[in-house]
Amino acid sequence: MLLELHNIHKHYGAVKANNGVTLTIRPGTIHGVLGENGAGKSTLMKVLSGFVTKTAGTILIDDNVAEYATPAEAQRRGIGMLYQEPLDYVELTVLENFMIGQTRGLKNEMHDFRERFHSLVAHFNFTLEADEMVKRLTVGERQQLEILRLLSCGIEILILDEPTTGITDDQKASLFRALKQLAAEGKSVILVSHKLQDAEALCDAVTVLRDGVVTGSMDTPYDATTLLAMMFGTPPSSPARAPADYGEEILRLENVSAPGGRTGLSQCRVAVRQGEMIGLAGLEGSGQGVFLRLAGGIAPPATGTIELCGKAVHGRDHHVFKKAGVVFLPTSRLEEGLMPDLSITEHFALQDRSRGVVVRWQAALETARLKIKKFRVRGTPDSVVESLSGGNQQRLLLSLLSKESILLLLEQPTRGLDVESALWVWQHLHKYCLRKTAVVFSSSDIEEIFMVADRILVFFDGRIVQDVRKQDTTISDLARAIAGKV
Amino acid sequence: MPMDVTHTKRDIILRRTRELGLTVIVVFAFTTVILLLAGAPPLDAYYHIMKGSLGSWVKLGHVLKAWIPLTLCACGLLFTFRIGLWNIGVEGQVMMGAVCTTFVLRFGTDGHAPLLYLTLACAAGVVGGAVWALVAGFLKTKGGIHEIFAGLGLNFVAQAIILWLIFGPWKRPGIASMSGTEMFPRDLWLAYMPHMRASPVALACAIAAIIATALMLRYTRVGLYLKALGSNERAAHMFDLRPRFYMLVAMICAGGFAGLAGSVQVAGVYHRLIPAISSNYGYLALLVVMLANYNVWISPAVAFFFACLNVGSIQLPMMLQLDSSLSGVIQGALVLAALAVHAWHVRTRRMAERADYD
Repeated sequence: MLLELHNIHKHYGAVKANNGVTLTIRPGTIHGVLGENGAGKSTLMKVLSGFVTKTAGTILIDDNVAEYATPAEAQRRGIGMLYQEPLDYVELTVLENFMIGQTRGLKNEMHDFRERFHSLVAHFNFTLEADEMVKRLTVGERQQLEILRLLSCGIEILILDEPTTGITDDQKASLFRALKQLAAEGKSVILVSHKLQDAEALCDAVTVLRDGVVTGSMDTPYDATTLLAMMFGTPPSSPARAPADYGEEILRLENVSAPGGRTGLSQCRVAVRQGEMIGLAGLEGSGQGVFLRLAGGIAPPATGTIELCGKAVHGRDHHVFKKAGVVFLPTSRLEEGLMPDLSITEHFALQDRSRGVVVRWQAALETARLKIKKFRVRGTPDSVVESLSGGNQQRLLLSLLSKESILLLLEQPTRGLDVESALWVWQHLHKYCLRKTAVVFSSSDIEEIFMVADRILVFFDGRIVQDVRKQDTTISDLARAIAGKV
Repeated sequence: MPMDVTHTKRDIILRRTRELGLTVIVVFAFTTVILLLAGAPPLDAYYHIMKGSLGSWVKLGHVLKAWIPLTLCACGLLFTFRIGLWNIGVEGQVMMGAVCTTFVLRFGTDGHAPLLYLTLACAAGVVGGAVWALVAGFLKTKGGIHEIFAGLGLNFVAQAIILWLIFGPWKRPGIASMSGTEMFPRDLWLAYMPHMRASPVALACAIAAIIATALMLRYTRVGLYLKALGSNERAAHMFDLRPRFYMLVAMICAGGFAGLAGSVQVAGVYHRLIPAISSNYGYLALLVVMLANYNVWISPAVAFFFACLNVGSIQLPMMLQLDSSLSGVIQGALVLAALAVHAWHVRTRRMAERADYD
C-alpha cells in the first residue's frame, strides 16, 4: 500500500505541532522518521494512526483519499501503531489479548485464534506462550504480541514509536528481524526514533522533522553529520564564558540505580558542587526524571549511595533532604507542585512554618502581594492557582522557593512558557547560582541547555553517556550523544 | 483566553448560587411530578409538610431533636470531606458514641452527682466516636483500605455490638426487648426546654460545634493543611505536609462530633440505648454536607430543611394518604439533582475551554 501525506497540519491552539508535513512511504520499505524532542514526530504518527484528528492536509492510501477519525477506523484501512507504552490488558493471557477486537458474535473462536497465533509466532520466530499472563511478560515480548495482533487484524502499514527504548539487545535483534521480514513481505513499516544507529541499521529511507516541518530526507546509505544537521539545525556560535568559581561538593551519587519511567536509571555516578548550573539533556524519559527525583529524595535508589554534604541520605525520608535545603520542582506544576483549588495567599500561608495554631493570614497576604509584584505574576492574591496560566504558575512555584536552598532540582522548568517567561526564569535561576546554590535542570531543548548551563549531562536509555563542561563541547557533539553516537 | 482570567472568590460564589437556584428548581419540578403521579395535590403536600414541622412549638421541638445530631455529624464530616475522605463510617461513629455514653451513664444510676456523670458520659461519647473513626483511619493509612469499605464494614460491626449489648449484658431485667436497655432515671436525662422536648444543652453543643468548625477550618493551620491535602495530596512534599497524619486528624474530628451526636441521642432523646440509636443521621449528614457544597454555614440550614422534611412528612399518611417516605425521596432527589447540575456546569465550562484549544 502506497501511503502519501500531503501538507499535514496539526495545531493545538497557537502551537503548530505539525506545520505542513509532506512525505511518501513506499510499500515494502522501512521508513524512518527522525527528530529531537518536540519535533512533531509523535504528533504526526498520532494523526496517521487516527489517535488525533488533523487540522488540515490529506492522507492518500493507494491514491485514494483516506478520512478517518479513530484508531479503529485507521486499522480498518490497514494502518496500525505500536505505542511507546504497550496498550494491553495485563490481567488477561497472551491469547486473549491477541483475540481482542477481532471476535464477532457469540461463538467461542478461541481454537481458531490459537492456531492463527501459533502460526504467526512460528513465522516470526518469536517466543511467546499463548496462556501466559501478560503482566509477566517483558516490554519486548509485549511489543511482539502487539505486532502479531495488529497483523492478525490485517494491517499493511505498521508504525512504531520509539520501540527500542527499554528492551534488551536480544529483543531488539528479534524485533529488527521481524520488521525486515514484514518489509520483505510487502508491508510498510514506519519507525519513529531519535536513535541514529537504529535508523542506520534498519531503514531504507528517512525523513527528518524539526519544529513541525520536514527539514530533509535521505535514502540509505546515510551520512550521520548531515542527518544530525537536519535534526538539530546549524548551531549558533556559543558565547565564550569564563569558568566559574565553584564551591564544595554538595551532592554525590555513586553507582546508583533505580526504576522509573521506561528506562529507569542505571550505574549513575555524579558529583555536584556549589554554584554549578547543570543541564540534563537527552530524549525525555531517558532517566533525567528519575535522577532528579533521586537527588531530591522523592524516590529511593534500588542500589548505590547518595550523599548530601558528606552525609549518607539514600533511603531516608524526603524530609531529610528538604531540611538540608534540597528542593525539587516537577514538570507537572498543577499535579505535583501546587494545590489547584487554593489561592496564592493560601499557598504562602502554607509556606509559613512559624509555630502556632492560628494561620497568620495578614502576613500571608502581605507576602503574597510582595511576591506577586516581585515575580510579576499575573494574578491577585485571591486568584485560585488553577486559573493562572502556565507561565504564571511557574513564576509562583519559583517564588515559593526559599533563598536558603543549597540545591535546586527542576524538571523542564520552561516547558509551556513563552519566550519572555522562559528568559525570566533563567535570569532568576542564575541569581541562585551566584549565591552558591547548585541548580540542576532537565530540558528537551538542547539549544536552551547549551545557552544556560555550565555543565551538561547527556542521558541515553537510562544511562549518563556524557558529562562535559560547556566550553569543552559543541551542540553537534551533544546532538550526537543524544542520538546515541558517542 | 479563559485560562488567563483570574477567578476571584466572588465569581465562585456567584456561580455556586446560580447552580443552587437551578438545583432547587429541578428538584421541586421532579417532586411535583411524583406527587401528581401519586394523585396528591402538590401544594397541599408541601403545606402539610411545613405545618407538620413548623406549625407548633411541640413540632418545632421535634425538628430540633432531629437537627441537633444531624448538624453535629455534618460538622464532623466537613473535616473529612475537606481532606478528600469519604467518611461513610460516620453512622457507626454515632453508634459507638452512644454505646460509650450508655456505658458511663449506667454507673451513675445510684443518684449521686448526676451532672458529673452526664458530662463524663458526653465526653465518653466523643472519645468513643473518635476511636471508632481512628480504626477506619488506620485501616486506610496503614492498610491502604479505602475508607468507604472500612467505614461501611465498621458500621455493621457497631450495629451488631449494640444489638448484642441490648440483648445480652445490658438487657432489661426480665425480658430482653427491642425497645432497648432500661431507661435511665430522670436525673440522668438532659433537661428539656419549656414547650419543646429538646435539650438546650444539646442545642448549645450543636451551635458551638458550628462555630468551632468554622473557626478551625478558616483560621487554624490544621484547617489549611486539610484543605491543601484535599486539593492535591501529591504536592504535599512541596510544603512538608504528611498526608497520613492529617487524615487521622480529620477522622478524629469527624468521629468526635459524631460520637457527641450519639451522646445526645442517648442522654437527650431516647434516654436509653435502642437498636436504631443513630437513626440514619450519619448517612443523612453526608447528604446534607454534599448538598451544602461543603460549606459550614449552609450545612446547618440544609440540615434544618432536611429535619423539617423528616418531621413534617409524618403528617402525609394521615392527611393525604401518602407514605411518609416521600421525604426520603425529596432528600435523595435533592442531592442527585445538585450533583447533576454541578456536573453539567463543569462539563459546559470544560467544553468551552477545549473549544479554544482545537
